[in-house]
Amino acid sequence: MSIESPIIKFQNVDKFYGEFQALKDISIEVQPSERMVICGPSGSGKSTLIRCINGLENHNYGQIIVNGIELFEGSKELIRLRQEIGMVFQQFNLFPHLTVLENLTIGPIKVRKISKVQAEIVARKYLDRVHIPEQAEKYPSELSGGQQQRVAIARSLCMESKILLFDEPTSALDPEMINEVLDVMVELADTGMTMVCVTHEMGFARKVADTMVFMDEGRIIEVAPPDKFFSKPDSVRCREFLDQILEH
Amino acid sequence: MKGDAAPSLKILPLRRTSAINHFLSSTPVSVFIYCLIVSCILYSSFRGAQSMGYNWQWYQIPKYIYSYTDEGFQFGELMLGLWTTITLSFTAFFLALIIGFWVALLRLSGLFIGTKIAICFLEFVRNVPLLVLVYLFYYVLGPVFKYDRYTASILCLAVYHSALISEILRAGINAVVQGQWEAAKSIGMSKMQTYIYIILPQSVRFLLPPMTGEVVHMVKSSAIVSVIAVAELTTLGQNIISDTYMAFEIWFTIAIIYMIVIMILSIGASQVEKRYTVTN
Repeated sequence: MSIESPIIKFQNVDKFYGEFQALKDISIEVQPSERMVICGPSGSGKSTLIRCINGLENHNYGQIIVNGIELFEGSKELIRLRQEIGMVFQQFNLFPHLTVLENLTIGPIKVRKISKVQAEIVARKYLDRVHIPEQAEKYPSELSGGQQQRVAIARSLCMESKILLFDEPTSALDPEMINEVLDVMVELADTGMTMVCVTHEMGFARKVADTMVFMDEGRIIEVAPPDKFFSKPDSVRCREFLDQILEH
Repeated sequence: MKGDAAPSLKILPLRRTSAINHFLSSTPVSVFIYCLIVSCILYSSFRGAQSMGYNWQWYQIPKYIYSYTDEGFQFGELMLGLWTTITLSFTAFFLALIIGFWVALLRLSGLFIGTKIAICFLEFVRNVPLLVLVYLFYYVLGPVFKYDRYTASILCLAVYHSALISEILRAGINAVVQGQWEAAKSIGMSKMQTYIYIILPQSVRFLLPPMTGEVVHMVKSSAIVSVIAVAELTTLGQNIISDTYMAFEIWFTIAIIYMIVIMILSIGASQVEKRYTVTN
């Protein structure tokens, strides 16, 4: 893409859960404003990979550098770094005891130390962006799954992060709600945000991805731009996987 | 599956007993049975007192609760004792909360030493009788650290209950799903901020029922500090009895005072509990 240095860089990263090796020798780079979609069968380590980016999981070997900061277990910089990285989870993980508006403002107020008034202005701006300005005073449990996920996206945006991570954002949604979330993600992609997205929504991937990544059994099997990835991937396993999920 | 359903219909005798149960548990019948049992107890203790020639002096009791003289309204000894019981219990409870919170945090810290220290503390406190703990805090630690009996009783109750409270807190904290931690981390919150703004507010509804139980337990177990003569309700009761020999009246009165206080606490607790379940 550009000659800038990568904003996320994995170098020979290994990650173990006890005996089980979840990530095997992962090396990958994400450039600023790049939109990367990671796919692969379940258990292939794609969630683990994305969770390593903001230190929700600690890697055992190798080097991870995000936004110029090297990650390691117990790093003091991690808390500061996480402010630059938004994350959207499969299960939304909204704070159920707070209203939508409070969900959006608690980070900016408590972590970024922005005034409440200022934080609410920002929060309403992003609620508008995800098309649910009218739900600000409600509690998460009063919203549909699709609305909750859009609130979760807005919550990450409110931190004014440089990088957004999506960990299967539509997998827990009813089919009719998937599109409303994907639409918001496509709009976000157009703003030039750096995005790393684990998803099986290939239509979405085709539309926004700069780079497609296929993982299997903890390894990165294929890295390619979407045209090549979908038409003639190098590896057999990737071809098989795509055939399986594109069948329908 | 239909074949399975048939034998279960044969349990007819159960239905008959449940009819009796139904009759016994209807409100008028249970109130009647309750009154019957209570009056039996009261009557037999009254008869027992009669036969040992006990001299009932209920008319003496009010002055220990309040008096109204030329100098105006005054609380009696028992009320002053009750006040000490309440202040003692609540101070100790507050202290126990703080200690319990730190013990719970140590236990959950994931640090090897922290966990071990917390477990040692818990095992020690849980496996020593409260009475022994009272003696330990007053007769052993008291002279060493030079504090009075009131402080000893507060410290002792606080330490004893902090062990129970830390377990309640730990359970409440663990009851909040892991995703909440991850969400809080991902917006850059520190561990402390996550506890304060995200985890503890959500734990409250898991914590409240057992916590109110602990407050009640605390008020009740505060009676034990009468063995080191802290001037709380039970101690003052004992003092009055040794002056007047009105054991029956005073102990009945004290039991009723404890009961009223604890019932008020329980009602208050269930109100708070209701409020917290609504928002979720």
